[in-house]
Amino acid sequence: MKKIFNGFKYLLSTLVLTSSTAQAAEQLHIYNWSDYIAADTIKQFEQKTGIDVVYDVYDANEVMEAKLLAGRSGYDLIFPTARPFAERHIKAGLYLPLDKQQLQGLDNLDPAIMSSLAEIDADNAHLIPYMWGSSGIGYNVKKVREILGDDMPLDSWRLLFDPEIVARLASCGVTLMDDPTEVLVAANIYRGAETDDFSKASIKAASEVVTGVRSHIRYFHSSQYINDLANGDICVAHGYSGDVLQARDRAAEAGNGVEIAYVVPAQGALMWTDVMAIPADAPNPTAAHAFINYLLQPEVIAPITDYVAYANANLAATEQVAADIRENAGIYPPAATRAKLKITPTPSERQIRDLNRSWTRVKTGH
Amino acid sequence: MKLSSHLPPARNLIIAVPWFWLALFFLLPFLFVLKISLSEPVLAQPPYMDLIREIEDGFVTIVVNFSNYQMLLEDSLYLSALLGSLKIATLSTLFCLLIGYPMAYAIARSPAHWRLPLLMLIILPFWTSFLIRIYAWIGILKGNGLLNNLLMGLGLIDSPLEIMHTPIAVYIGVVYNYLPFVVLPLYATLIRLDLTLLEAAADLGCRPWKQFLLITLPLSMPGVLAGAMLVFIPVMGEFVIPDLLGGPNTLMLGKLMWTEFFSNKDWPLASSLAALLLLALIIPFVLLRHFERRAEEAAT
Repeated sequence: MKKIFNGFKYLLSTLVLTSSTAQAAEQLHIYNWSDYIAADTIKQFEQKTGIDVVYDVYDANEVMEAKLLAGRSGYDLIFPTARPFAERHIKAGLYLPLDKQQLQGLDNLDPAIMSSLAEIDADNAHLIPYMWGSSGIGYNVKKVREILGDDMPLDSWRLLFDPEIVARLASCGVTLMDDPTEVLVAANIYRGAETDDFSKASIKAASEVVTGVRSHIRYFHSSQYINDLANGDICVAHGYSGDVLQARDRAAEAGNGVEIAYVVPAQGALMWTDVMAIPADAPNPTAAHAFINYLLQPEVIAPITDYVAYANANLAATEQVAADIRENAGIYPPAATRAKLKITPTPSERQIRDLNRSWTRVKTGH
Repeated sequence: MKLSSHLPPARNLIIAVPWFWLALFFLLPFLFVLKISLSEPVLAQPPYMDLIREIEDGFVTIVVNFSNYQMLLEDSLYLSALLGSLKIATLSTLFCLLIGYPMAYAIARSPAHWRLPLLMLIILPFWTSFLIRIYAWIGILKGNGLLNNLLMGLGLIDSPLEIMHTPIAVYIGVVYNYLPFVVLPLYATLIRLDLTLLEAAADLGCRPWKQFLLITLPLSMPGVLAGAMLVFIPVMGEFVIPDLLGGPNTLMLGKLMWTEFFSNKDWPLASSLAALLLLALIIPFVLLRHFERRAEEAAT
């Protein structure tokens, strides 16, 4: 979900894509997460439809949201995270209802995800799921075993929130995401509290858990851990499934002897879904529908999953996904693991302020 | 004392151009920010209430809301962030002056044919994108980066220094990035300095160090002040450098504004922070001008 704020890649992709946009009759403006599509998806779409795609990227939902809220963003298609972002955009009336006549293959979409989306989007009128994943723990197998011994179960939030254990891992490097909802809800799962309780007392108790390990946390960052895990600079990271697996692959490519694993803790973890939506003021909604329709084809979405290492929501595409991705429990979790995943809850506007305020206090002491 | 009564109309016109520029690119945007800072957040597009609301039957009411400013005063977080920014801006300005002054002095006193190449060396790195230069610092400062590998390779340290994600990294990034803004105005004042003054002082038995303190430094004060302003003011609101190089415990106004604007979607509160920052910058500046003028008047 949250990809690296990779300045170079961003600059390059913007340059390449803007220079390739020649003068054409029809244009489609897409705004997506950085590094979140296969290398040739756009090119193939352009060749097939003759529509000229202008492709911009963001690295945080908030950045995309600010453009959307300011109005006249000029984008035809965006890829927000369903909760809380797409949810509140629907409430604020910022999306165009989809014209389902123009979309084929909706039946292939995972009914579990569709019904969960219907809770925030009645009749699935606005949102089509793109990719989904979980946030759990990435760790350096050898080093963590060395420090904690062979008996310690590693599928546990204790690796991040138990002061005694984190203290032992500290010299090796433990990191948390810089995201109040992700971390404080994970802390609530650790202390056995409800995931959707955002009362002041609950936020305070969760903050205290994090404050208890604060001095042993090397940094709070939502993407830095990818590189650092791969290089062996840190041992345990709270991170997104696909990002940790990306770190694992990078370490394997580098051949530096670092072995990274991703685990969904036994107590449970959060899952999220990124969706596609058309802003109400989109200049070219027809082309946006054409692009969604294109991504609904199993043979188009499967290679994207191969590239981004996140599961798509298209059940017909699963068998076309490369075997090592499809069989990876971190990407396509077995039913038992999936049952432990909890849908990211949505705090109210007032609670978001409380969460962010507590988060600043946890990090800075103010 | 009114300017217009002393100046011919053509000059008025010339003076009107910068005034017009200021009004268009400073005053007008500031009024927008001020307007938003007095409104209330709402989940809509745009995410704040309009101050002017038409109730019904053509009745128009103006609703002004000061609660954002009240909130800034109630929570000590905002004051701490202001002090944090103030500290980083002040220290960075000092470091820039300490490093920039000898550089500007050396360039101004070097042989004429050397000056242009030396100035080019100052300016040249800025032909590369700002973002890429900050990313380069990440590569230098990080745990297994250039600096640590070099120091460990030389056997000077055993374990990598933790510089990334600390205030030190922020200072390095800020000083590196803003150094030319000090060097260039200082060079401009130092190069215009009348060297015969120094010769006269030397003839009268003044030692070089004293010549510098009594003549060169006071005469270069306009350059020092201009350079200090060019560093201090933007660093007060700096966001990118602390975000990329600093740690989570670097509390600065820019980062806080980001949280209010993006994470809390509270444009009114972010705007009141921006207005407050502007006040924090303008008041000392106006006071400085005021005292300067009084000193000038006292001198004549």
